[in-house]
Amino acid sequence: MFKLSATISKDVRVLLRDRIGLIFMFGMPILLVLIVTSIQNSTFELVGKNKVSLLICNRDTGVASREFIRAVDTIGFFQLMPVPAGAAGSSLSGAAAADLIHERIRHKDAFLGLVIPADFSARIAARAKSVTGKVQASFGLDSTVNAPDSQDSLPVSLYYDPVLQESFRRSAEGALYSALQLVESKQILRTLYYALNEKALPDSLERQLLNNRTRIDELPAVSRKDNRDLPNATQHNIPSWTIFAMFFVVLSLGSGIVREKRNGSFIRLKTLPTSYAVAIFSKQLTYLVVTLSQAVVIFALGAWLFPVIGLPPLHFPGDWAALIVVTLLCGWCAVSYAICIGVFAQTEEQANGFGAVSIVILAAVGGLMVPSFAMPGSFHLAMSLSPLHWCLEAYYGLFLEGGSLKDVWANILSLFLIIAALQGLSFWGLKRKNLI
Amino acid sequence: MNPPPPGTTQPPAPEPALRISDLSFGYPGQPPIFADFALEVPEDSRFGLFGPNGAGKTTLMQLITGLLTPSRGDIRIFGQPVVRGERRVNKLFGFVPQDLSFYEELSPVENLAFFGAWSGLDRATIRRRTDELLAILGLADVRDKKVAQFSGGMKRRVNLAIGVIHRPRLLFLDEPTVGVDVQTRAAIIRYLKELNSEGMTLIYTSHQLGEAESLCDRVALIDQGRIVAQDALDALLAAHLSSGLEGLFLQLTGKAYRDIDV
Repeated sequence: MFKLSATISKDVRVLLRDRIGLIFMFGMPILLVLIVTSIQNSTFELVGKNKVSLLICNRDTGVASREFIRAVDTIGFFQLMPVPAGAAGSSLSGAAAADLIHERIRHKDAFLGLVIPADFSARIAARAKSVTGKVQASFGLDSTVNAPDSQDSLPVSLYYDPVLQESFRRSAEGALYSALQLVESKQILRTLYYALNEKALPDSLERQLLNNRTRIDELPAVSRKDNRDLPNATQHNIPSWTIFAMFFVVLSLGSGIVREKRNGSFIRLKTLPTSYAVAIFSKQLTYLVVTLSQAVVIFALGAWLFPVIGLPPLHFPGDWAALIVVTLLCGWCAVSYAICIGVFAQTEEQANGFGAVSIVILAAVGGLMVPSFAMPGSFHLAMSLSPLHWCLEAYYGLFLEGGSLKDVWANILSLFLIIAALQGLSFWGLKRKNLI
Repeated sequence: MNPPPPGTTQPPAPEPALRISDLSFGYPGQPPIFADFALEVPEDSRFGLFGPNGAGKTTLMQLITGLLTPSRGDIRIFGQPVVRGERRVNKLFGFVPQDLSFYEELSPVENLAFFGAWSGLDRATIRRRTDELLAILGLADVRDKKVAQFSGGMKRRVNLAIGVIHRPRLLFLDEPTVGVDVQTRAAIIRYLKELNSEGMTLIYTSHQLGEAESLCDRVALIDQGRIVAQDALDALLAAHLSSGLEGLFLQLTGKAYRDIDV
């Protein structure tokens, strides 16, 4: 026991004097979690709270185009910017309107621009008449409206800045389609009502027919224990970057083992009446405490610092025992991985290079950087072999789904198997090199 | 010498500090370095092991300390076999490697605390011997400073202190004074003689043959895995009509370069 405590004491001292290692293990992950969460949170706010600037050039003079603009404004997603400012869009030709929008987007005045064509209202009206005629015919009534069959899609042009992500562009497009749908439906309803009753559709009825929307209640589908908190950038990022930080102990622990193997101290250790297993056990304990400290520091940042700097606070899972067990296992897995690298690497450069690159790769295939559902099927095997994936799944089970220990047992079992494999491999490596 | 009285048995002869018999060893894919090698080092001696580069000194030291395993033969330290994985025998000897073998991030006290514990000492003994060693080796004033800041000579003394903290009966020294100044060399040699006078057997290798003459009472010259001469230093010099160890060395091992094949 004294040998172990003396070894732990030595390891802690060596660790505390390794300033670069400490920066990698604590400073870098703290910086990462702050930066990435802030950026992601800004993106969420861009979509959720802030309005997206939308240039609108209305070349139409009819009612439908004004209703369409009102409907777009009502969605609340866009900040409308009419162009040309202070002048009617109807004065512009189609090409001139497109050039103007291009120019304004190039100058970063907005990411999106919309050109409503000169015959927008006329086409909407024609389409409404065409649909009304078909409805009357299908009811067995004589058609009171005469209109050619209008199959043309609505000729509204949406211009966008190419830097805009596709998913974001699709969201904007969807919102604009819903506004168009509303204008079209309104026009069809009015035309149909007039055809049947020979009088205009009353406003009150129009509002009832068009505005009686069913509310969408947004709930996380896998949330346990009736957890109604919506996942946010903090809940996603804190667990993933905590895991990333834990695995980055490879830079200190892995290279420390290599350094010990390569410098003279290792030769002396091998001639002393103590097994190197004591040294490996000591390193496991020491660095397990390091990984737990990393988790405590990053969780504390999320819970107490984030709200102060305007980021969503971290909400801890209800099952604290599960959180402790998962954190311990994630830490142990990270330490086992680092030891394995240290045992097999020949030089510090190998341990650091391979260690850092392999962790970035394992993080990428493990779903820390790209959501696992977005990965191609061929990556699923690699994902299941990444220890970081199982760490992340276990944490998400607790932080995002509000689960308990029994909900993440499958992830814990997978982690155990990976830890056992890494420890076994390290033991074999040490035995083969006659170190234990 | 009187014969033992009738009815009594003669006490067994004391085991030598080191006995190597029938030793064979070679690295995989290379010609053997040792074949049927034998060596005996008496207890309490200051034994010098010398030879040109590539003679097999370091390999022999690694075989004796259990860092390498012989393909055949027997190595015993005070009668106890050196067996891979069996660490009891490791308590009997200390090793001062040529490389500085400690943690430069730590102080001398912290290094001695760690290596003392690994040598099987308790906390109180470590503390007492640390104080003694640092005082003897002139490191008491820098006991809590990081070794990384030390001069080469100071580091050599830390290296030596760690090797002897558990007071081994047999001490292996692989070039313990390489790269140090004259003062440090003299202090180390003086201290090694003190240890020997207290009963510690020394086995020493070096290329500093002048230093070896002042330290060793017995020497063996090895070349190409064979002992070419072995005796008390005075007897050996007299037998070869040589005035010094360096002359004897060149006489027995030749003047050609001993570069290894690369």
